[in-house]
Amino acid sequence: MQWGSLTEFLAMGGYGLYVWTSFSATALCMVWEVLALWRRRAAVRAEYRDVS
Amino acid sequence: MSVTGVNWLKYSSPQAFYPLAGRMIPWCAAAASVVMGVGLYIGFFVAPTDFQQGEAYRIIFVHVPAAWMSMFLYVVMAVWAGLGLGLNARLSFMMAQAIAPTGAMFTFLALLTGAMWGKPTWGAWWVWDARLTSELILLFQYAGVMLLRTSIDDLRRADRASAVFALVGVVNVPIIYFSVRWWNTLHQGASVSMTAGSKMAATMLTAMLLMTVGFWMYSIAVTLARVRCVMVEREQLPAWSKQSPMPDVAEAR
Repeated sequence: MQWGSLTEFLAMGGYGLYVWTSFSATALCMVWEVLALWRRRAAVRAEYRDVS
Repeated sequence: MSVTGVNWLKYSSPQAFYPLAGRMIPWCAAAASVVMGVGLYIGFFVAPTDFQQGEAYRIIFVHVPAAWMSMFLYVVMAVWAGLGLGLNARLSFMMAQAIAPTGAMFTFLALLTGAMWGKPTWGAWWVWDARLTSELILLFQYAGVMLLRTSIDDLRRADRASAVFALVGVVNVPIIYFSVRWWNTLHQGASVSMTAGSKMAATMLTAMLLMTVGFWMYSIAVTLARVRCVMVEREQLPAWSKQSPMPDVAEAR
């Protein structure tokens, strides 16, 4: 492990902006896709009440 | 019939596939979470700093898996589209339809994380080189496949048109993959190749491969969840989607 402190970890050797934008954009897209599918499924179930 | 004693053909009908997909989703989602968790841990806390690129290289742990998935999902989508055209199977078209949004998302992420990596290492967010341009074209292809489907009202014609579009576009995938070899590009060459092995430290490679497996499991889970929605929306006859034991056709015969 090469991180002395949390600040050092977040700074990413000066590349923090690029690294954390990449990872958070990926996480946001995935969470958004899962939530969108959740809503779509809820809509399907509301329309067809006997869907499992 | 088959060697394993399971009649796999049974699952080629939406009625039988629907509950199977439902059972697979939680397992794939759990596998995705665990594998990505371990991959991120190794990527951030075990893998060493790169001697050339410093910490910026850690973007590789989302960039390369996203780029691989963008190409891989396109091929899988095209295979389902081709099967749909050849066998006239509804489930194949539904699978192709369910894969497209996830593939487009990974293509977008590959481009975005690439820009985030390009800026500190090349000094530019974007350059019109062969790798980047062909990947951008892939994003347009996904958009084309999805737009073509929504712009045609007749479901069967929409299926066929978007399937043909997807199949023709598959030529771009080898172009993306080999672009760094065929043209002189700013984009670095392949870090992992089947012939020469890896040029990376073992822990870096482990983290990258774990993230790829995680993205793969994630893609299976969301695709199956979407195809279940698509099935009910398209068929509008959800009687078979009820949680009832399916009569085994092979046994009934």
